[in-house]
Amino acid sequence: MTNKSVPRELLTPGADGRFGEFGGRFVPETLVPACQELEAAFDSAWNDTVFRTELDDLLREYAGRPSILTECHNLGAQLGIRLVLKREDLNHTGSHKINSVLGQALLAKRMGKKRIIAETGAGQHGVASATAAALLGLECKVYMGSVDVERQSLNVFRMKLLGAQVEAVNSGSRTLKDAVNEAMRDWVATVESSYYAIGSVMGPHPYPFMVRQFQSVIGKEARQQFREMFDGQDPNVVVACVGGGSNAMGIFSGFIDADTRLIGVEPAGGAAVGRGVPGVVHGMKSYLMQDEHGQVQEAHSISAGLDYPGVGPEHSYLASVGRAEYPSVTDDEVIAGFQLMARSEGIIPALECAHAVAWITKESPKIQGQTVLMNLSGRGDKDVAQMMSLLGDSVG
Amino acid sequence: MNAKNSSFGVLETRLREARLSSRKILVPYITGGLTGWIDAIRAAAANGADAVEIGIPFSDPVMDGPVIQQASEKALRDGATPTSIFNELRNVDVQVPLIVMCYYNTVFRAGHERFANALLDAGVVAAIVPDLPLEESRLWCDAADNANIETIMLAAPTAPDERLPRVVARARGFVYAVGLLGVTGERTELATTAISMATRLKKITDVPVLVGVGVSNAQQAQQACAVADGVIQGASVVRRLLDEGPDAVGNYVAEVRLAIDSQINLKR
Repeated sequence: MTNKSVPRELLTPGADGRFGEFGGRFVPETLVPACQELEAAFDSAWNDTVFRTELDDLLREYAGRPSILTECHNLGAQLGIRLVLKREDLNHTGSHKINSVLGQALLAKRMGKKRIIAETGAGQHGVASATAAALLGLECKVYMGSVDVERQSLNVFRMKLLGAQVEAVNSGSRTLKDAVNEAMRDWVATVESSYYAIGSVMGPHPYPFMVRQFQSVIGKEARQQFREMFDGQDPNVVVACVGGGSNAMGIFSGFIDADTRLIGVEPAGGAAVGRGVPGVVHGMKSYLMQDEHGQVQEAHSISAGLDYPGVGPEHSYLASVGRAEYPSVTDDEVIAGFQLMARSEGIIPALECAHAVAWITKESPKIQGQTVLMNLSGRGDKDVAQMMSLLGDSVG
Repeated sequence: MNAKNSSFGVLETRLREARLSSRKILVPYITGGLTGWIDAIRAAAANGADAVEIGIPFSDPVMDGPVIQQASEKALRDGATPTSIFNELRNVDVQVPLIVMCYYNTVFRAGHERFANALLDAGVVAAIVPDLPLEESRLWCDAADNANIETIMLAAPTAPDERLPRVVARARGFVYAVGLLGVTGERTELATTAISMATRLKKITDVPVLVGVGVSNAQQAQQACAVADGVIQGASVVRRLLDEGPDAVGNYVAEVRLAIDSQINLKR
């Protein structure tokens, strides 16, 4: 990408919580003071070296940061590119979600909250939240759509082992969107004692900004590591999957000012940027899959973590100004990508990340010889049972 | 229902008149598009409602508890849309003001002006948008003001004292005092926040103050009306419509009417 008119700086939203026209704070009046309080608390914490040191220590000694880069020599050779993975799958709890949750749980304690609420799709944010709550002595309640409870039963049990209470949500599409609704309803009722740890760069201001800041450690590390590996060069392309979009914003944030294409891969059945129009749900204005009357449509994706009809507002902004691209891939392409990564590299990716693999595979003829940095935001252990029932005897 | 001689809108004029004549205000809520919903509006109006609030069903009603969620899902399954609801409302022949409650994406998707004009055209005089707080409300309020649609603002127990005057300054029709920390739905007792909220608001405004969310039966309505100018009742009304039909709504509204009227009698 060489278009110099495209903005290349990372935005810090002002008091109105906007990234361009997107974002904002569309919440019930009951929650407005809580969002304002959180905005002030995050600002103070983020600028406090004691807080930052405590968080950095936890990220290093508990989560296992920095995560490494791995070059995929086999798959790269096969596709005619140089493919490098940012290994967020190697973090404690198996995904990038821990980065944000450790920050938010520390913040919750700093704010005097005793209980955290979380929503989860694939269960990765739920597991990370339950983990941070166990570590920091907080009570934890996780809302999860009943469809997801079924397809991610391993993570449900994991959360329970960690001492969290998991509530299956039976309203609406019974997936991530409805888990968010139920978590917000809990928060409306318990706002004085509870902290809502949103799992992605979504929700009312300051969440999209705050979660991006907590996840920016991915991009910061990756930029430096990639330059060390490639003689000071930045990658031609950075690729990540996008549901709400926190792993993508985390890695994008490190390359906004670089001469690097930013690619956020959406599932074909939940392509908020690709197929949506601006709308308002879950506290934010952003691209949203909806019908002509404004009813939010149900997403359909093989991956529970991307089964979401909306997207974080900063992605809507980056798409609208042309700084990032948001192509989509089908479930079948994802299944192929999942197997391809496993067989060629000995790495089983999360189904979410298999979306990025699928796009890279498809795009490879057009990007021959280029360097591609992919955020491997989670490991595929949680998806093995689902894939076993899907693929069965065809594997082996 | 002519507001020509008043600086207030149709709804606020009506509610202020009620208050002047020592009548407590009762606003039942009915989910639009449910089986029998138009008859339920008629029954409510005939049995002592001062205005009726009609909910436009939405896929993601975050301020609503199980009963109104269920009603919303059912109405959507039966094909209700904002347009179908407005079309039916246009032909409702009741003598009380009609209020619409809808989530903001319904407004945003239609466009602010277009939605305000659609309300006007359907004979609706006021709107409640529960996920549109003061700071985000300007575009809608401008469009609503231009169309003479009164925008009812919510005031919540979490609001610090310095915030409430700004909220009530933007309120038209009445101020919706959120009775508790939580979503809509029936509770066994009236929360103490219902009374404290009404008290805080009555101190700072002469706009009518109505308590809603968690006002679950005739007795609780009576308790809330000891301080507030009136009440909004949602889940207890919608549950009756879902389970028993429009007549049950009429009977219930009559029961609540009697309770809040007798309170005034007791005071005298």
